[in-house]
This record gives sequence, structure tokens and C-alpha cells, in this order.
Amino acid sequence: MNAIYNFVYFILSFLVLSIIGLFVSWIDRKITARIQWRVGPPWYQNFADIIKLSGKEILIPENGNKFIFLFSPILGLISATICGTIIFLVLKKNFGFGGDLILFVYLLIIPSLSIILGGSSSGNVLASVGISRELKLLLSYELPFICGIIIPAIKSGSTTSLIEIIKYQEINGSNILSFSGILGFIIILISSVGKLGVVPFDLAEAETEIAGGSLIEYSGILLGFYKLTKAILFVVVPIFVVILYLGGSEVNSFGGFLIFLIKYLIVVILITLIRNTNPRLRIDQTLRFFWGWLTLIGILGILLTLSGV
Amino acid sequence: MNLKLKALKKSLWVYHLSAGSCNNCDIEILDLLTPRFDVERFGIILAASPRHADVLLCTGIVNKKCVERIKEVYEQTPKPCVVVAIGACACSGGIFRDGYQMAGPLNKIIPVDVYIPGCPPKPESIIAGIVKFLRELK
Ligand code: SF4
Repeated sequence: MNAIYNFVYFILSFLVLSIIGLFVSWIDRKITARIQWRVGPPWYQNFADIIKLSGKEILIPENGNKFIFLFSPILGLISATICGTIIFLVLKKNFGFGGDLILFVYLLIIPSLSIILGGSSSGNVLASVGISRELKLLLSYELPFICGIIIPAIKSGSTTSLIEIIKYQEINGSNILSFSGILGFIIILISSVGKLGVVPFDLAEAETEIAGGSLIEYSGILLGFYKLTKAILFVVVPIFVVILYLGGSEVNSFGGFLIFLIKYLIVVILITLIRNTNPRLRIDQTLRFFWGWLTLIGILGILLTLSGV
Repeated sequence: MNLKLKALKKSLWVYHLSAGSCNNCDIEILDLLTPRFDVERFGIILAASPRHADVLLCTGIVNKKCVERIKEVYEQTPKPCVVVAIGACACSGGIFRDGYQMAGPLNKIIPVDVYIPGCPPKPESIIAGIVKFLRELK
């Protein structure tokens, strides 16, 4: 009985996550269009894209590994959905254990790994360039991302449980309301742009250089799964940032939910603005940026947090 | 009309294939993607790989070296897909119809769904042609 209940919950949260994700991706595209003085796509654009992709032929490359090629998009989609399910449960405060913060960090890596797996199994030269960039990107943004997670974890009384972090902020105010909090927020915001793989850090898919990179051989609904994974991450990662830094209101009441929604949209819009005002970086520049300045600021932030500023 | 066709009409991803054009048609196609004409409002975006594409925009006479490649790209495109011949060259050969490199207008090589003549066609007429085609599509 319990297993069936969990399964239904998983499917439901998958549907909710994809609908919200596709809608938020539309907001992102629309804002991008308005910034460039264009009209932009209609609201159902991303839904139409996914439905269209589900009706297309699936081509499997001749010299690739068939099983991994078919399996890895599903892997990415499932792990992104698990992240989303956990985050919904955490927000409703009826699930959580010490260390789920760390679990979350691991789960968020799997979508990137699934892109790497899929690209490497497709046996294409441009895809292998793409996956080598994706791997380096993963290595580079993960370090500041973890710095940005450690800061609120220390602030909320050295805990690794998301619920503890939420509860702490409900009593003591948001984590961002201090100097080290602001530093940490900037770091985690920029590294989540890397995590989402949008423009300044989209070198793994760089359409103008390597023609779609790791996804070059994917067609039909498999490509749609990757697009859905991206859309779901567009829900999960900003909510994660909101929980860590901008918490402080009850989500279960209606007013609290509205405030939460506004905070979430603010994070999404910040990410969109970053993406629209920056050109794509080369991989060496990306690595230097993440491991250089951003990590230094992160370590400074951690030291400041430890000294209570 | 079923849902998938409806969705296809609302989200055409375009792959730009140049088969020996004089490059003028290609420039007009690039114009289409600029903010002034903004084809994203019809859901049209430029795809990087033929595997992602729904529409092949072909320009130019097909010269002898291109024949194999064009067939290859056509086979790599997942069906259903639409082939659009852009410019007088791709439709009929244009001013190069007697050239020694001419291997046919495009419809000798792959099936063509839409012809947009002009040398080069204006961006407006490319949009008009594609919109007319979408209205006819059933
Ligand atoms: S139709 Fe005219 S502009 Fe286009 S490729 Fe041919 S000659 Fe050039």
C-alpha cells in the first residue's frame, strides 16, 4: 500500500514539476525576448515543443551504445524528479533527515552525469568535445556551489538538514540578512547558473561551435526528456537557493505561499538577467572564474560566518 | 487534426542547409532570426543539429559535391520533416541553371514541400511562404 502511495506521489510530483518547469522556462524565454526588443514566443511554446518531440522519430546512431543511449535521458529525468519530490516534501515539513542537504548535492549532480553518459554513448566527435566541457564545467561550479551551501548550514546552527535550516530562518530571519549571507547568495546564484547550463556557461551545448554538443545525436522524445530535465532543474535549483538563503516565512499558509512564489520568481529573474547580459565564456575562463574569484569569496564567506558576521 | 501535428505547426525547429548558394539567400535567412523579424513568435528557432530539426531550409543550386551530403542530412533528420527550397536557385536553378556544376534543382535529390522563389527572397516573403504552408498543412 505504502509503495503504491509513494509511486503515485512520485508521478504526481513529476507532472506538477514539469508543468511548472515548462511554464517558468517560457517566462525565461519571454524575458529574454523582451530584453532583445522582440515579441517572444506564446505561453504554450514549451509544451508544444515537448508534444512535438514526442511525435518525432527516434534515431539511434550506428556506432553508439544503444542501451546507454536510451537509458541516460531517463536517468536524468528520474533523478531531477526525485530532487523535486524531496523538495516538495521538505517544504511541507513532513519529510527530512539529518544529511538530506548532502543527499541533495549528490542528486543534483546526476542530471549532468546523465548528459555526459548520453553524449559519450552516442559515438559522435562533437559530442565528445561537449562531454569533456561538461565534465570540466561540473568540476568547476561544484566547488563554489558547495561553499555556498556550507555558509547557510553553519549559520543555521551547523546542521545538514534542510528542515532545520527552514526552521532556523523562521525564528531568526533569512540567512541573506548579513554580510556573509550576501556573499554566499551571490556565489550560489552564479554557480546555479552554471548548474542549469544556461548562457554564460552553456559551453557544453554551444550551438554555434559544436552544434549542440553532447545532445547532438538525440532526437525525438529522448531529446524531449533532456529538455524536461532542464525544465525541472529550473524549478528545483532556484527553490533550493530560496530555502537556503531567502527562507523565513511559513509556506503552508496562503500568504506565505505567495511570498515564497515571489522569492522564487525573483531568483529565476536574476538567473535570466545574468544569462542575458553575459557572453559565453571559454572553458579555461570558466574554470579560472569558478575556482579563482568565486571560491576565494566563498572561503572568505565561510570564515566570516564562523566569526559570526 | 491531431495534437501532435498541431504541436509540430507551433514549434518548427529549423536547420539551415546551404547547398552551393551564392550566400545571399543565407544572409536573408540569418536576417529572419534577428529581433526585427523575430520568428520565435511562431515558435521557430534555429536548431544546431539536423537530428533536432523539423524543417530543412535549403538554399542554392545543388552542386555535384553536395548531392551525397544533402541526401545524408535528409536521412539524418527525424521524420516528419519539411523541406523548404529557398531562392530561385533551389527552386529551379536560377541563373546557374546551365552551369557545369549543376546537379539538379533540389527536388531532383530530395522531396521538397515548399518553394520560395526570389533572388534572394525577402525575409518577409520567406515568412509568408512558411505561414501559408502551415495553413495548408493537414
Ligand atoms: S537564388 Fe539568387 S541569391 Fe539565392 S543563392 Fe541563388 S543566386 Fe544567390
